[in-house]
Amino acid sequence: MAKRIGMEVAVAVAEAVGQCDIDMAAVYPITPQSHIAEHLSDLVADGKINAEFVTVESEHSAMSAVIGASGTGARVYTATSSQGLMLMHELLPIASGMRLPIVMGIANRAVSGPLNILNDHSDIMPQRDSGWISLFAENGQEAIDLSIQAFKIAEHKDVQLPVCVNIDGFQLTHMVEPLEFPDQELVNKFLPTRVPYATLHPAKPVTMGAFSMSDYFTEIMKAKDEALKNSKKVILEVWDEWAKMFGRSYKPVETYKAEDADILMLTMGSMGETAEMAIDGLRAKGVKAGLIKLRLWRPFPFAEIKAVVKNAKKLIVTDRAVSFGGPGGPVFSEIKSALYAEIQRPAIYNYIIGLGGRDVTVPDFVHMFEKVIADKANKAVDTYEFWGVRE
Amino acid sequence: MNIVENFDLYAPRLINKKELLSAGHRACQGCGEVLGVRLMCKALGENTVIASATGCMEIVTSMFPTTAWEVPWIHVAFENAAAVASGVEAGLKGLRKKGKIDDRYIKVVGMAGDGGTMDIGMQALSGAMERGHDMLFVCFDNEAYMNTGIQRSSGTPMGASTTTAPAGKVSSGQKTWKKNMAEIIVAHGVPYVATACPSYPLDFIRKVEKAKSIKGPSYIHCFTVCPTGWRCGSHLAIAMGRLAVESGVFPLYEVENGKYKVSSEMPKKLKPVKDYFKAQGRFRHLGEAEIQKIQKKVENEYQKILDKAKYLKAWD
Amino acid sequence: MTKRKGLATWQEITTGCVVFDPGSASEYHTGSWRAQRPVWDNQKCIKCGICYIFCPEGCVQQSEDGFFQANMDYCKGCGICAHECWPRAIAMVEEG
Repeated sequence: MAKRIGMEVAVAVAEAVGQCDIDMAAVYPITPQSHIAEHLSDLVADGKINAEFVTVESEHSAMSAVIGASGTGARVYTATSSQGLMLMHELLPIASGMRLPIVMGIANRAVSGPLNILNDHSDIMPQRDSGWISLFAENGQEAIDLSIQAFKIAEHKDVQLPVCVNIDGFQLTHMVEPLEFPDQELVNKFLPTRVPYATLHPAKPVTMGAFSMSDYFTEIMKAKDEALKNSKKVILEVWDEWAKMFGRSYKPVETYKAEDADILMLTMGSMGETAEMAIDGLRAKGVKAGLIKLRLWRPFPFAEIKAVVKNAKKLIVTDRAVSFGGPGGPVFSEIKSALYAEIQRPAIYNYIIGLGGRDVTVPDFVHMFEKVIADKANKAVDTYEFWGVRE
Repeated sequence: MNIVENFDLYAPRLINKKELLSAGHRACQGCGEVLGVRLMCKALGENTVIASATGCMEIVTSMFPTTAWEVPWIHVAFENAAAVASGVEAGLKGLRKKGKIDDRYIKVVGMAGDGGTMDIGMQALSGAMERGHDMLFVCFDNEAYMNTGIQRSSGTPMGASTTTAPAGKVSSGQKTWKKNMAEIIVAHGVPYVATACPSYPLDFIRKVEKAKSIKGPSYIHCFTVCPTGWRCGSHLAIAMGRLAVESGVFPLYEVENGKYKVSSEMPKKLKPVKDYFKAQGRFRHLGEAEIQKIQKKVENEYQKILDKAKYLKAWD
Repeated sequence: MTKRKGLATWQEITTGCVVFDPGSASEYHTGSWRAQRPVWDNQKCIKCGICYIFCPEGCVQQSEDGFFQANMDYCKGCGICAHECWPRAIAMVEEG
């Protein structure tokens, strides 16, 4: 097994993508994604990877270019963040509608306004319904592993959908972590050459992106929904294979001390490791606290969520984005919806945390637990609170 | 007599017989734009991939589950045809150099209407041209957003009445001069830029073939008559294009490595723009003073091209 | 897909709605749009092919004898061929 080396996570993600025999990448710079773009360019410039690197003039064109290239059958990659992702938004449902296995890294960052360059999840949440598979990394190792797995998932004959890998901006992208890169020969074995279902090539002319009226549109949407839902089976298979080949296992919903927990917290992304420390502290004081870490945002893992929360009395859902004028954070809304029909379900609380890079510390997480435990009459159930907001 | 002499008896023999855009497309009767696309495909031949913007040509040719296209074709959105084409080019290049596809040369072509080129698609086009992709971009300019119902674009000429710049009691239609897109692309320093019109099919085909032969970015601005939007008879589609050229409203020229060349189709003496205007409903409201203002501008602009052809030298 | 009996179900839709039949738009006959039809007078025709070149439908074809005719399945009756025909060999005739 390869040895661990210290590397900045964004650079490591580019390095991992470079192991995937990509044919083309189009990336536009944006903080905090830029180090991915820069390092990919370095790999191309040094001849370490044999790929076309297109220095597009916007994120809109980045996504357009990878759609075009993916249409030719090429293995493609792009990466972005925040406003860049918002600019791409129009094209995301088109990429999934055309069933193109594009892989995109997202260095999650708050969306304007006001302008803010730091981390939260307000960029990915508006993309929720665009038909992409959406994975969340908790640490640098996961960012690497998921970036490689993403190609295999996306290109699987039963999936053929784009995949985005969410990597918290700065809090993850700019950390230097000890990382283990998979052996190149094993990656080649894990990830064979893409076999596209159709290509833009004169040998067999096809039309991609045809115009559809009401006679077909519903059927086309249904086919996409089924494809996305069914992708979970493939995702699980890919993770299984990864565990066998590389020794690290992945699950749609990860847990930490959750089995016997009375009170659970749910996080998504890099805050899981901080929350784990809070759990350890609470456990030491005799509180049966546990953690759920949501790795798979789309397709949403309904069965797994139901299974891990069923014995808990209380569940704290943390959100790093706001659904303005809505029921709380988008993750909270999703979890509530997932558990609505369950006879045995925990009381659910929602804290909106870490907006625009606001630090959330171990004592913050401990305090959240304490506050919920103190709510003996369940008065704050089903409400949401902006954690730490000055009033 | 005019064009027919150029054609002589040989026209059908000179042109690629293979139709790469099938009949059964839903373009309006007498559509000059779909004729332009048909002729472009003949010039390009089978080893072509086309990326099209949203617009008339996209919807009339790709009604799912059928297609009029016989070459590989992709449509993604309105403003990004050039970016998609640049991605297709990069994808094919990447696959070809790794031996993942056969080694044939494939020309990648982006196409859009005037709105998809000059307004919403201009950034993507500028980027693709600047990056030097081996691709041709063809703007099929029918001088308004015809697909959505004849709204004005930056390609709409001064004085034309459209549904968002209508002629009214206190307005004479379009208040701005047409954006000179060909010159904007010339300013990108690309190897080949040309203007063309399907009313001069051999000239148009020759220019597409020329662009095809250039390994690098090229741009053709193709002036296409829209009888529906211009409010003229469908049988006049070719004649209107001819009058636009003969009056100097749309001069035919090409710019190769910075060197301007006025096409031989241009007459020694321009016809009055009034001759071009009179069969079109969109100009019907114009008074003599307005026509004279346009006449003067057309003459000035044409003179600029003649001067450039006379004085500017090629880069290399 | 295009040889369908009735419209396709969601399971039958091609992946990504890719259309694999080039030129299949020809299934749709636009001839019904026509109010006038072009009629060739081969006495006047000089076989120059202008009608063929300028047809937006690409539905004017040259037969073995060198004369031209339009495929009435697709001809929309725009009248370009008649207007552009130099020796005036094509007349537009009202559809009955």
